[in-house]
Parts: sequence; structure tokens; C-alpha cells
Amino acid sequence: MPETAFEPWKDPSAKPLIQFRNVTKRFGDFVAIDDLSIDIFEKEFFALLGPSGCGKTTMMRMLAGFETPTSGTIMLDGKDISPIPPNKRSVNMMFQSYALFPHLTVYDNIAFGLKRSKMPKDEIDARVKEMLRLVQIEKFGNRKPEQISGGQRQRVALARALAKAPKLLLLDEPLSALDKKLRQETQFELMDIQEKTGTTFVVVTHDQEEAMTVASRVAVMDHGKLKQVDTPDQIYEAPNSTYVADFIGDVNIIEGHATTQGDTVAIAWAEGQPSIIGTPTRPGMAGKVSFAIRPEKVAISAEKPKDLNNVVQGKILDIAYLGNLSTYHVALPGGITIKAQTANSRRRARRPFTWDDEVWLSWTDTAGIVLDS
Amino acid sequence: MRRLTWFNATSLTLGFAFLYIPMIIVIVYSFNESRLVTVWGGFSTKWYGELLQNEAFLDAAWVTFKVGLVSSIIATILGTMGAYVLVRGGRFFGRTLFSGMIYAPLVMPEVITGLSLLLLFISIGLDRGLFTIILAHATFSMCYVSVVVSSRLVSFDRSVEEAALDLGCTPFEAFRLVTLPIIAPAVISGWLLALTLSLDDLVIASFVAGPSATTLPIKVFSSIRLGVSPEINALSTILIGIVTIGTFAASLTTKRAVMRKDRERRLAEQ
Repeated sequence: MPETAFEPWKDPSAKPLIQFRNVTKRFGDFVAIDDLSIDIFEKEFFALLGPSGCGKTTMMRMLAGFETPTSGTIMLDGKDISPIPPNKRSVNMMFQSYALFPHLTVYDNIAFGLKRSKMPKDEIDARVKEMLRLVQIEKFGNRKPEQISGGQRQRVALARALAKAPKLLLLDEPLSALDKKLRQETQFELMDIQEKTGTTFVVVTHDQEEAMTVASRVAVMDHGKLKQVDTPDQIYEAPNSTYVADFIGDVNIIEGHATTQGDTVAIAWAEGQPSIIGTPTRPGMAGKVSFAIRPEKVAISAEKPKDLNNVVQGKILDIAYLGNLSTYHVALPGGITIKAQTANSRRRARRPFTWDDEVWLSWTDTAGIVLDS
Repeated sequence: MRRLTWFNATSLTLGFAFLYIPMIIVIVYSFNESRLVTVWGGFSTKWYGELLQNEAFLDAAWVTFKVGLVSSIIATILGTMGAYVLVRGGRFFGRTLFSGMIYAPLVMPEVITGLSLLLLFISIGLDRGLFTIILAHATFSMCYVSVVVSSRLVSFDRSVEEAALDLGCTPFEAFRLVTLPIIAPAVISGWLLALTLSLDDLVIASFVAGPSATTLPIKVFSSIRLGVSPEINALSTILIGIVTIGTFAASLTTKRAVMRKDRERRLAEQ
């Protein structure tokens, strides 16, 4: 265990490796990146997450040097990199399609960048062998890319991008071509390799699970803007908008009208129903709000729980059995449907509820998050 | 196995007879003893001997070979460069016009191409001869190379070139070390196409050829007008032989390459 947590973004004296300063990128009339500023620190594993067309790939291509910003500056190590062509940048990229050179062997693919840098021959050989070991493909050095499997190609692409020991490694949807099992294994390997080499990784992905697993910080993007930049747990537990709450994981959103009551807010959400009691995200919250709560934080029971402020009765509409979890879709008075999730921790337990059962849903005062709508 | 039906057998025979009887006649009569083309006078190889003594034919063959080689190399270089710029050059002013214009000579009647080149050479005062034939052939065959190469360029993953830049290549190095090896098969087939077109061409060459240089097709055509000689038959037989060997060799290499790829793919799946 490290003595202090790795959180350079909280240290005001830390020097960022990458700085975006009011960067805008337009393609004709289309604004891909809209006045965006962000700092990324050395040794971070930074994930850019968003739906397709949100500008995440454009940000990465600007870092690699394949696009130049329309306005604003991008600094690497304190220097403006806009005038530097891609081949002169200490930045390497792993492409989504892997972009391996089909006419070269795995060994020569990895050696390609090193040969361009005028490194002595024996050093190149040592470095390539080290890379082959790092990504565990020693056996395949003499094969051509078409003679190896998809998972092995992904490793070659990673090794090739890491071979020159770049200050910054860009990964464009690195695992999207792999099947689910292999993807999960590779996520941990990727983290391991990042830690071993101490390289700063910036990964672009549309897969929120992947971003949450690998990244030290996640930036959620939409329409060329950053919605929230934070650690995975903060993004999940304390989203700053309904967009982020909805994009990451599953969430129930209840619209209502808030009034502050001491340390809590009361949210009136349906006529004839007691208000939802929540913890405000900022002092003096009032007016129209959205109450966001994750399904696993909603408890479901047959009898009315005592000692809780937030208790509502509803009827089960649907049950989704996922093996490890069961999700109940419960219709509340006023036409809202809420998802409640329970872990199936016992193998032979009879499912306690079935369709059309009247059940009680409950949650604590701090389980949900109150967002301005 | 499906049996050959009576109908299929007939179509096969008729079709191939249609294609090959003329050539077979040429080959057979090239071994004719008699000087008269239509009368069989017994087997002999003497016309081959005479052909090899005929300075005019040998000169023409040598000119054709030189023209083909040099013009196809020029056409390949220019055609590849043109294709690369039009496919990869991004959007620049007049690009659509240029891509249309590069295909125009493909549909232009050869007579017009030949005539316009002739007028050009006369107006700039270039003496007609070997050099002008090379220029003319390079001009019309580079369009074919360009078409073949650009269809390959369109289909290959742009990020492979970006990866080369990313790993420290200058744009020229990326072209030489990555793009060129990948498009090499298309460049080679473009070159072969240019070579064949040049060896074959009669119309354009007859416009721009001068008294100092005559290509084989011109020579053959002009001597036919004085009557078919058995020497021409011998020459045709030699050409048929060369083409047959070339085609067989090419298809054999392709087949081998396909088999090797199959084997490698099976290896990858293990």
C-alpha cells in the first residue's frame, strides 16, 4: 500500500503533464471541442468517456498531433505542442484498429519506432525483447500480424506504442475489439503495465465499466464539453448532473420540488405522498430538483420498515434475474417506476417476491443525491 | 462430381474453338515449309531461322522492349504519385476536377490521344523517334496505373500510416516504409498493365513514331500490308509462347501465395 493516495490533482503545487487551455476545435460548422480546459498529471491513468461524437477522439488526436486546435493551446510538459508534428512528439498512440504493419513481423513492428530514433542495434534488440516479455508474447516475435489472434494483436499494438518509452501513451478504445472475458482480464493487465512502466496513460472509451475499472480519474464528455472530471467513485456516487448520473451505471431519477429543512431537503414528488428526505449537494437548495438514486441503494421488503424517512409502497412490474443480482421494477403511485436491486447471495433461496406483489421500497437520507434540474 | 452434359460439352467446345482456332492456325503455319501461307508444304523450322536473321524485326522488337520498359516505369512512378495525392491529399481546390481528369484518358479514343500528342511534339519541335514513343506511352498508361493503385489506397486503413508518423517517421519515410510495401502488389500489377499496354499499342505509336524507331506492332502491321509472310507466323508463335509462359508463371505464384496465406491463418488459429 502506498503511504499517501495518488492524487496529484488535489495538490496545488503539482505540475500538470498536459494542459488544455481554452481549446476549441471546429470542423467546418461542427464544434467538436468547445472551449475546454483541463490538467492531466504525470503517471495518471486518465479516461475520456462519452458517447460517440462527444469529442473524445478529437482530443486524443490533438494530443497525438493529427489535428491542431482551432484556438487555445495544448501544453505538454509546459511547452505548447501545436507546432510540433506527430513524429517529433514524445507521445505514442495505440490505435483502435491496432494499425499494425501487415508486412512486418511482430518483432519488427515493435522495433519500428526504435529504428527511427537511431538507437544502436543491440539496444533495440534488448528493448524489443523486454517489450515482448512485458506483454507476454515472446513466442510470437517471428510471426506476421495476420498469423496471430486478436488478443495477441492488441498486445503487439501496446508493446509497439510503449517501446519508445513515451511521456504519454494514448489508447483509442484499446479493448473494444476483444470479447468480454478477454477484455476484463486485459483491463487488469493494462493497469499493471501502466504501473510498471510509470507512463501517463490517456484512454478514450465509450465503455463506462472499462473507464471505471482502469482509470485514476474519469472525464465524462458531452458535445465537446467536460461534464465532470473526478475519480471513478466520485463520478458514480456524487455525479454533478443528471447527465453524468444517467451515463454512468443505472440510476432512478425522480423529479420534484425541494424545500430546505435544516440539514436536509424535503422533495415533494407526488401528491398525497410523503416528501423524500435527502442531503443537499449545496446549501440552500430549493425549487425544481432531480433526485437520483442507484438501484442497489433501494431496499425492497414485504413489510414496512421502521425508523426510515424514505419509505414508499409500490407494485412489482418486472423482475430481471441476472444471476448475481435481481432487479425489480416497481411502480409507484403517480406513475413513476423505480428500480431496486438485490444481491443474490444465497444459491437456493426462494425468490421472495413475484409479479404484482405489493412491496415497500426504502432508503436512507444519504443514499440518493439531489441535483439541480 | 457433376457430369458434363451434352449441352455444356457443346458450348465448351464451340467457345474454345472460337477463341483458339485462329491462334492454332498461326502456330501450325509457322512450321510450314512452303512460302505460301495457305498451302501446307511439310514441317520445317526455317522461318524461325530467317526471322532471327531479319534485322528489321529484331530492331523493332528491341525498340518495343525498350519503350515498354522505360515508359511503364515512368507511368508507374507518375501514376502512383497521382493516386496517392488524389486519395490521401485531403481536400484541396479542384480535387474533384483532377480526379475526373485522371480517368478521362481511359475513355479517350486512342486516335485522339495519338493525334494530340503528335501535334504537341511537332509544335515544340521534338524529333519523332524512340523518345517520343516513350513519352506517349507513359502518358496514356499512367492513368491505368493510377486507377489500379488508387483503388488499393482507398481500401487500406489510414491509421496504419498515422501509426508510422506517430512512431517517428517523416511523411516520406511513412510512405516508403509502410504505404509502399502495403500497396506494392497494386503497384506491380499497375506496372505490368502499363507494360502490356505499351507492348501492344499500335495506334498511338504509329502517330508518334519516326523513321528512326519502329515498334514491333507497327512493323508487323506494315509488313502484313505487303502480304502475310511465314516469318510473321513464326514471330506470332514466339509471342504466344512468351505470353503463355508469363500467364502460367503468374497464376502459379498467385496460387502458391494463397496456399501459404491459408496455412498461416490456420497456424494463427491454433
